[in-house]
Amino acid sequence: MTLDLRYTEEQEQLRDSVRAMLADHAGWARVLEVAESPEPDDADLWRLLSVETGLAALAVPEHLGGAGATLAETAVVLEELGRAAAPVPYLGTAVAAQLLLHLGESDLLRELAGGGIVALALPFDVGPAGQRLPDVEVSTAADGSPLLNGTISGVADALRATVLIVPAGGALFAVDAEAPGLRRTAVVSLDETRPLCDLAMWNAPARLLAAGDRAASALDSALVAGAVLLASEQLGLAQWCLDTTVEHLRTRYQFGRPVGSFQALKHRLADLWVELVQARAVARYAAAAVAQGDPDARLAASLAQAHNGPLAVRAAEECVQMHGGIGFTWEHPAHLYLKRAKSASVAYGTAPHHRAALAALADLAPA
Amino acid sequence: MAAPFRAGRPALILHSQCIKFAAKGTEVGASVAEPVTAESLRERVDGFLAGHDPAGDRLEFLRARFDAGLAWVHYPVGLGGLGAPRVLQPVVDQRFAAAGAPDNSPRRIGIGLGMAAPTILRHGTAAQRERFLRPLWTAEEVWCQLFSEPGAGSDLAGVATRAVRDGDGWLVDGQKVWTSMAHQARWGILLARTDPAAPKHAGLTYFLCDMHAPGVEVRPLRQATGEAEFNEVFLSGVRLGDELRLGAVGEGWAVARTTLMNERVAIGGAALPREGGMIGVLARTWRRRPELRSPALHDEVLRLWVRAEALRLTGIRLRQQLAAGEPGPEGSAMKLAFAALTQQISGTEVELLGAEGLRHDHWRADRPEELDLIGRGPTYRWLRAKGNSIEGGTSEVLRSIVAERVLGLPAEPRQDTGVAWKDLPR
Repeated sequence: MTLDLRYTEEQEQLRDSVRAMLADHAGWARVLEVAESPEPDDADLWRLLSVETGLAALAVPEHLGGAGATLAETAVVLEELGRAAAPVPYLGTAVAAQLLLHLGESDLLRELAGGGIVALALPFDVGPAGQRLPDVEVSTAADGSPLLNGTISGVADALRATVLIVPAGGALFAVDAEAPGLRRTAVVSLDETRPLCDLAMWNAPARLLAAGDRAASALDSALVAGAVLLASEQLGLAQWCLDTTVEHLRTRYQFGRPVGSFQALKHRLADLWVELVQARAVARYAAAAVAQGDPDARLAASLAQAHNGPLAVRAAEECVQMHGGIGFTWEHPAHLYLKRAKSASVAYGTAPHHRAALAALADLAPA
Repeated sequence: MAAPFRAGRPALILHSQCIKFAAKGTEVGASVAEPVTAESLRERVDGFLAGHDPAGDRLEFLRARFDAGLAWVHYPVGLGGLGAPRVLQPVVDQRFAAAGAPDNSPRRIGIGLGMAAPTILRHGTAAQRERFLRPLWTAEEVWCQLFSEPGAGSDLAGVATRAVRDGDGWLVDGQKVWTSMAHQARWGILLARTDPAAPKHAGLTYFLCDMHAPGVEVRPLRQATGEAEFNEVFLSGVRLGDELRLGAVGEGWAVARTTLMNERVAIGGAALPREGGMIGVLARTWRRRPELRSPALHDEVLRLWVRAEALRLTGIRLRQQLAAGEPGPEGSAMKLAFAALTQQISGTEVELLGAEGLRHDHWRADRPEELDLIGRGPTYRWLRAKGNSIEGGTSEVLRSIVAERVLGLPAEPRQDTGVAWKDLPR
């Protein structure tokens, strides 16, 4: 199957409207304000994205209150959220939606479409083969219903979730965020635009969603979707870093000339642009592969993470360095992107995790 | 699957000093009255094939195809085309190929097709178009490019080859270098200096050089690979008629820019399959030879595989954009990334093979007719790849062009504008 790697006209329109909205509501000063506040995210912005515009439920079918779009459209929104370093639990919710779609969980999808936050209780650094998944024990209450015991460290997008989906004992469970025995502890995180939290469960009552192969394949589709969607966010983040650095170098004068006229800097930005062009191709390929159910989706996801994770970090590092003194200050947005890029580089598996996955998928066995 | 060493083709055809911005192509001139569609083109080809035997005389067939407007469909009627959208060309090529029709050896005449033809079409007189385009397309006349000189590589506008008025024509003296196909070429596109007292860009004139004229001497130029893929061309008192001047006197740089902008990332060809390029050679060696593996090399192979696949997908996306009439500047990224990647893949292959990878097939000074970047052994691949970041514009020059034209960064301050060429230090 030939996948179309271009943006559709609708996707370009979607991008324009999301970008305009974020320009109005998620300027970097606002992002910094939220990051510095005790709030885990920007609740106003989330309301705008979910209840008011329905962007948070793009991939939810229309009869469940969503927009009936595909992951390829969700990925476009994530490019823009990455570009703004927006502090909203969009990625985690989109990944949870993928899992719920896989399971056909209508009620939770409806809740999600209504602006609810459903979080997948995975460590942020879960690998493509489920690396770093903790053991959560399942026991049985007197009435036969399941109870969960265990801890999951470093979960993203979960602090304001209304429902948590927890993998335990090879099955998937839904846990109400207000359930007794469930505790969420905010973690002071490198990336305060997407802070992590630790989850602890002591006999937390849960509802079984799926077990066995059905649970495994749903979790797997969520991990693939996470890697793919994050790659688009990383693309957007890297594009902001390049654009902002170019603008700075055009207008900053030293030695009587624009700093951007120095070849040492121009060449580095040209190289970054070359990488970015490729990042767009791999991100679009991965999004299209998942959206079309292409058998290459898993490979595309790992390719996208192996490429875009390190690229976003590099773009942010170059952004800080080429801004010089101002780039290292709290009052310039570069540090927000630097932290988000580094945090994202371990999310849904590091580049080495994904290269290892590719070794298996591309028949390149280890030594 | 094709044999390992024949499987891939270079993703790029690169022979100039200019970066390739996804060329829009040359869509000028007349078009046929009715809009040309893919379907109507197929019918035209089928009609043509009904009257011309693909198994008959090759040259007659190609000439007739040109005259029927089925050579390059985006060219004007009467010059081998139908004034049709360029994106429809594959429809025609595939139909002819499926019928077993002879092709015009496109790889042998790449410079003619990709560079000389669009320049002649854009800047040539009616007589020049009439005279040159048909035998160019049918491959009766091979073209070469007489641009680079020993003293003017990255700085092409600094060429020193002189063309001096001589009655009703011109006398040309100078030396050109890195000239692919010069030993087979009937014609060359020539950039020469006609006014040394003008600033360097202003004193140039563009000519079509008769490679059979007295005073043209072609010498093989041997490269680090041992073969002589390129040539040096010495021009000593070569007399060219004024009818061989392309564009006005002093307008050579503007004409040359057309040539350089049309040097195209080989977007016309089919996209390579996964592992279709040099990475496939390395991956197959890795699979076949477990005893060579180490953990560090494993990660290196995977990193290269990721980059190769990313670049391949970038090429696919670029082709899709071009086919949809949305050209972007991504082609220039392809060239930069391709050069770095082939150098590293081939270097890793030699390392993986160890001493075995040091065995070279031969150092004969072959004269290859077609460029095949992966056709020989690992040492050849490694050596030939060194040229990838030099030919067609060095990677350093390309980075500056990307920075200035794509990113919009300010130009480097320069000392060579507004000064007579003859007064520049060299």
